[in-house]
Amino acid sequence: MASKLSPIPKLVLRRLAIGALTLIVVSAVIFWAVELLPGSIATEILGQSATPETIAAFNAQFGLNDPPLWRYVAWLGNAVQGDFGQSLATRRPITDLIGDRAFNTFFLAAYAAVIAVPVSILLGLIAALYRGSLLDRWISSSTLAVISFPEFFVAYILILIFAVQLGWFPSLAGVTPTMGLAERLTVSFLPALTMVLIVTAHMMRMTRAAIVNLLALPYIEMAELKGMKRWRIIAIHALPNAVAPIVTVVALNLAYLIVGVVLVEVVFVYPGLGQLLVDSVAKRDMPVVQAACLIFAATYILLNLVADVIGILSNPRLLHPR
Amino acid sequence: MTHWLFHLRSAPLSARIGLALIGIYAILALFAPLIAPYGEAEVAGAAYQPWVAPFYLGTDALGRDVMSRLIYGARNTVGIALITTCLAFLIGTALGLLAATVGGWVDTVLSRLIDVLMAIPSLIFALLILTITGASATALVLVIAVLDSTRVFRLSRAVAQGILTMDYIEVARMRGEGLGWIIRREILPNASAPLIAEFGLRFCFVFLFISALSFLGLGLQPPTADWGSMVRESARLISFANFATWQTATFGLAPLLPATAIAILTVAVNLVVDWVLHLSSGLKD
Repeated sequence: MASKLSPIPKLVLRRLAIGALTLIVVSAVIFWAVELLPGSIATEILGQSATPETIAAFNAQFGLNDPPLWRYVAWLGNAVQGDFGQSLATRRPITDLIGDRAFNTFFLAAYAAVIAVPVSILLGLIAALYRGSLLDRWISSSTLAVISFPEFFVAYILILIFAVQLGWFPSLAGVTPTMGLAERLTVSFLPALTMVLIVTAHMMRMTRAAIVNLLALPYIEMAELKGMKRWRIIAIHALPNAVAPIVTVVALNLAYLIVGVVLVEVVFVYPGLGQLLVDSVAKRDMPVVQAACLIFAATYILLNLVADVIGILSNPRLLHPR
Repeated sequence: MTHWLFHLRSAPLSARIGLALIGIYAILALFAPLIAPYGEAEVAGAAYQPWVAPFYLGTDALGRDVMSRLIYGARNTVGIALITTCLAFLIGTALGLLAATVGGWVDTVLSRLIDVLMAIPSLIFALLILTITGASATALVLVIAVLDSTRVFRLSRAVAQGILTMDYIEVARMRGEGLGWIIRREILPNASAPLIAEFGLRFCFVFLFISALSFLGLGLQPPTADWGSMVRESARLISFANFATWQTATFGLAPLLPATAIAILTVAVNLVVDWVLHLSSGLKD
């Protein structure tokens, strides 16, 4: 009776396997991209005047004499345990540099998500139910504006209004590890608001599209013809089927938030991972760039993975196989 | 081409505004040396001059005329974005149409490769590559073109697969036409409408992407006049914005000028793209 079993575990396992494979391939790309560097890392860091002896010492110190495949396995193994090696610029362990900053970045993304997710789903739902209304038209024009404006434009307008003119929030979000939660929330409000504005427009639009598609299906029309009340149609018939598309929309936008955080952190001089990444790119500090890229890419891939798995789990069609 | 010109007469107001704005930007970019009162990197006067003649938008920290730099910025920023988008389309459509037409292992290998590239967020990937190559205009164009061609690949492959099921493709194959003929004469003309709309959207994306990288100091390098770098250079001034007098107000607004130039162009392109999409989807209401 194998055919009567729900296909859900198989689908989820398959998606997880693909996700794991993607993570491994992406980490390999991040590691081996550096191998394409013209010349060696040693001459790049030590300069043209380096003697063969100093280059040999450098290679020995950073374990650059081992075969690439071995170094990759060692690097990934250590990275999974939280050890990313040593920064070339400061000669400090990267874990020390990253610890607080990674927390700050995820804190900011979570702060923005907590505000943006409920607001945009609610507005998207209302827009879908009252198509052609004033709110609906406002949503489509605001999406156009947000897609067109660079993040830093939105950020500077917010600084101009809320920090310079009104003086409600600081324009530089210099959070420190000793700060209390209330102070931290105030200081990082403007960067969070910038990301909320950017992500809300996308999420509203995508939620609206998902619900509008759903409401056009024949079984909703059938429920209407039966004389069901509008809110009952929404709650009992539409929402269970809308969970999957809405969760997908949310996860996709959270993935976008994690990446969009880089620019916003630079504008507000917020001590996060994005700022560290940009500084390290300018200094060409490879191990730090690799570590930060790995964290960002892994979060992005995992969020996409979660979106797909929840999409499979919440699909009512898969619960009762024929 | 006459097809689009014909539709222009019935274009909605938003599309006309978009086209007019794009036209203004194009003129500024093409004739920058004739229009701009000063040179791109020329030190024209004292630093931080107010918005009065002969510096209608003031001068920056080095005494360069802001208006001239904005005009040259149209040429540099938009020019680079246009080159990048064209390159991305060349790579993306060539590979996408090839993958769809040839099929088999070529399609599988290309599609999996694109999947991996798309699994990494493009900003993160671009930063990784720019660390290795160093920030230069050439590196910028190549990196963004390759990253962006992944989206073009997906679209052109999907569109081509739809077209390949048509009878006239079967007829052309039976006639013994080669791969090049089928791609150029049968598929490309039928895939042009969605690809043109996608070109507009991709241009906006590339343009914002380059501006963002320049803003981070990793894009076009000084003294090239570029809107993203101009925002970066004048960013701190915004904390001195004060609407008490005209002079102090204009001083603090300096970072918003190049940012607005970026925003207006992307809005204009989006307005035109909406109209083209509307036309090509065949909706007539």
